[in-house]
Amino acid sequence: MSLRSLKLPTIDFINKRKYAMAFSALLLIVSIISLGLQGLKLGIDFTGGTLIEVGYQQTADLEDIRTKLASANYAGTNVQYFGSDTEVLIQLEPQAISSAKLSSSIIQMLGDGIDVRRVEFVGPKVGEELTNDGGLALLYALIGILIYVAFRFEYRFALGSIAALVHDVIITLGVFSILQIAFDLTVLAAILAVIGYSLNDTIVVFDRIRENFLSTRHIEPMPIVNDALNQTLARTLMTSLTTLLVLLALFYLGGEVIHSFAGALIIGVVIGTYSSIFVASTMILALGISKEDILPSEKEKKEIDARP
Amino acid sequence: MNHYPIWKNALIVFFIFISALYALPNIYGSDLAIQISGTGDYVVQDQDVKNIKNTLLDNEIDYKSVGLVDSRILIRFEDSQSQLSSKALLKNTLSRNYVVALNLAPSIPQWLSNVGGKAMSLGLDLRGGVHFLLEVDMEAVVSMAIDRYYNELRTVLREDRLYKSIRKEGNLLVVSFKTENLKTEAKKLIKDELSDLNIVEGSETDLQLSLEISSSAQSAAKSSALKQNITTLRNRVNELGVAEPIIQQQGSERIVVQLPGVQDTARAKEILGAVATVEFRLVDEKNDLQTAVQSGKIPVGSKLYKFRDGRPLLLKTSVIVTGENIVDAASGVDNDNNPMVSITLDSAGGRTMLETTKEFLHHRMAVVYIENKVETIIEDGNIVKKRSKTQDIINAATIQGTFSNRFQITGLDSARAARNLALLLRAGSLSAPIEIIEERTIGPSLGADNIQKGLLSVLVGFALVLLFMGWRYRVFGLVANLALTLNLMIIVFILSMLQATLTLPGIAGIVLTVGMAVDANVLIFERIKEELQLNKNIQKAISAGYAKALLTIADANITTLIASLVLFSFGTGAVKGFAVTLSIGIITSMFTAIVVSRAVINLIYGGRKVEELAI
Repeated sequence: MSLRSLKLPTIDFINKRKYAMAFSALLLIVSIISLGLQGLKLGIDFTGGTLIEVGYQQTADLEDIRTKLASANYAGTNVQYFGSDTEVLIQLEPQAISSAKLSSSIIQMLGDGIDVRRVEFVGPKVGEELTNDGGLALLYALIGILIYVAFRFEYRFALGSIAALVHDVIITLGVFSILQIAFDLTVLAAILAVIGYSLNDTIVVFDRIRENFLSTRHIEPMPIVNDALNQTLARTLMTSLTTLLVLLALFYLGGEVIHSFAGALIIGVVIGTYSSIFVASTMILALGISKEDILPSEKEKKEIDARP
Repeated sequence: MNHYPIWKNALIVFFIFISALYALPNIYGSDLAIQISGTGDYVVQDQDVKNIKNTLLDNEIDYKSVGLVDSRILIRFEDSQSQLSSKALLKNTLSRNYVVALNLAPSIPQWLSNVGGKAMSLGLDLRGGVHFLLEVDMEAVVSMAIDRYYNELRTVLREDRLYKSIRKEGNLLVVSFKTENLKTEAKKLIKDELSDLNIVEGSETDLQLSLEISSSAQSAAKSSALKQNITTLRNRVNELGVAEPIIQQQGSERIVVQLPGVQDTARAKEILGAVATVEFRLVDEKNDLQTAVQSGKIPVGSKLYKFRDGRPLLLKTSVIVTGENIVDAASGVDNDNNPMVSITLDSAGGRTMLETTKEFLHHRMAVVYIENKVETIIEDGNIVKKRSKTQDIINAATIQGTFSNRFQITGLDSARAARNLALLLRAGSLSAPIEIIEERTIGPSLGADNIQKGLLSVLVGFALVLLFMGWRYRVFGLVANLALTLNLMIIVFILSMLQATLTLPGIAGIVLTVGMAVDANVLIFERIKEELQLNKNIQKAISAGYAKALLTIADANITTLIASLVLFSFGTGAVKGFAVTLSIGIITSMFTAIVVSRAVINLIYGGRKVEELAI
């Protein structure tokens, strides 16, 4: 007899795991190749440089702006529309002399009647620091989570969840690399939030796997894991849906500044949902989880028994 | 079963009431206002309020109210026209003891602010403004300290004619002696009187010593340079007239400056980073300029300077007075309509000036403008600091009559240059060069857009989730919706209480919380459904659903909390704002989704016979 009652879905996730593995492997390989070949299109937060967003009364003449910049000898500039054709984003790579004054002189050059909407200048040293700090933050987040999950569950669960997280982060980065979307500090924040979110999903599934191991006499891990996935499926999908709903609102209505942030979260939530179903649980099966690993040790049992 | 004791329900209601009360201030808008505060030691008083009221009445400017709060005067206006014209008016009529700045003042009703209600403050990205990160050139600080010790060392050792020579080598002072005895004596003297100087280990030879500044003295010099720069920056920002500026130390060599609502960011940049001062020197009229320029031999006691247009001039090395002696400076125009700065010296400076002008009547005196710059540049792929010092003569004129502490300087490029110089002289000079290493400016129009778009996306996202939950879980969905609404309110309440600054990423954090907060309810409801399918009694299903979901919710939320705490600890401004609202949202969602929703479910279904659950 199965634990499942009639209305719960009975999808055989475990037998489909080979396809999932192949799919994940493909995504990972493509992501890693793209990251290796063309890398991320790092924003000025990390490279250093200057960014100016200006608004015009009418449609802006990009060619005119480019000519002006070129005649003033600003090398490495990128001029594009931002959101609408009355708004222009000018980006300058770090110049030989990179100072906060650069933006003032460019704004002066563009002439009167423009609305300066945003200026960002990041010195080369600061860019370097932010890159290091960003990398460290990812690392610390992963280590913190590893410790918590190992402490609350068991090391195989910790490894399984980290595998799922690394999977999610690499693929999300991969999408940013393939589509060459600007990767700035807010996107990094989004990726850290994805780590939190994806983990949230994974933990819910793991919790159920542990509960099922404890509550049944079954010792075969595969059906237990499969049951857990089915039991949590409705919740996994519901939560992903509500989260995606608000993210879509943010993506379409939140404005250009928040666009890539919301985009990163949308990609991350989709990948994270997939990985919590297919990757994390497959990993713990591959690591050879069994009922004995879950049961409280003798010492813990005594502690539990000693409780009133 | 499924019944909360009355005290528990009462506690929940009480907490919700309190958070509603203190979230309330945020729904009132802001008034356009002018903020007037005292500079330095001066504190504005009731008398000032009366004077300002009279000034406004005399000039027939309409205002909403004038009040004195937390030792600053706040004048509220109906429209920006009267706000701007009053700013110009008050800036002209009030003395320099006052800082006049544009501001936005939250218009919270009196009763609400009486009970301590405060609105969240809006970040620079929502209201417009500038954020600067400035770095103090600490190498310059150390090298200035070396110069200082060099002089002290000479003074200390000279009394007994102990040394043969002292020279600077990088950050070291190398002293040589004629005999070993003199060296021993000097060492004792240095130890007693210049304890900040250490002998570099292994550098001592028979007749020579190398000295370095002890690390404690170095860090003392650095921290005092940083503090002094912060003071100077604060003076300069006050001169610019900014309401609620933030000027803070960050780390050991950086200063964060945030100026909300600044319109002329180019000027702010010029003013903050400038290390400029003036010196007054006599022109060397004994030696011939042409010979000196052609032969390259500069006479002893003189130095070759240049005008801005490149013309050379010999000036005496001894300085009459420097910018340090200037106590006040104001820009204006002279009789010929040229921009000028009128200077007031302190008493010591005034005395020296009087003596000099008496002695050298009809000689020429020059004003030298000195500017120190430090820039970080990329050279062959390496990041290096480039320092430069410009010393230009801006004016050299014949002393027509004696004067002491009040006079004018002319020869400035433009009215703007005169204004800037006057401001810099008033606010005092920076003790070490600083450089802007990061700037983030948000124009007022983008700020307004960000607020509007941020609010819209929160509302739309929120509405979508409400609809979806109501459709999927019916009565339970409505309960979850109530919990979600309360959650939003409690987040706003906590942010207001912490007086946190709301930023666009902060709004994104709230939006994400809205999406994720329902997770706890989804977990519980799905669990209740499962329990029902196991043919459990309805009341038992509800309580089992809550009980079994609890640990899962805790585990899931704690891990997310870990991620957002990491975000907070590493993050810069933008990322921090996101992390703060996300963390708060996670914690409050546990309360609303578990405790509050349970209380409501208990009220609806608890303690009675229920045939069917609308779930």
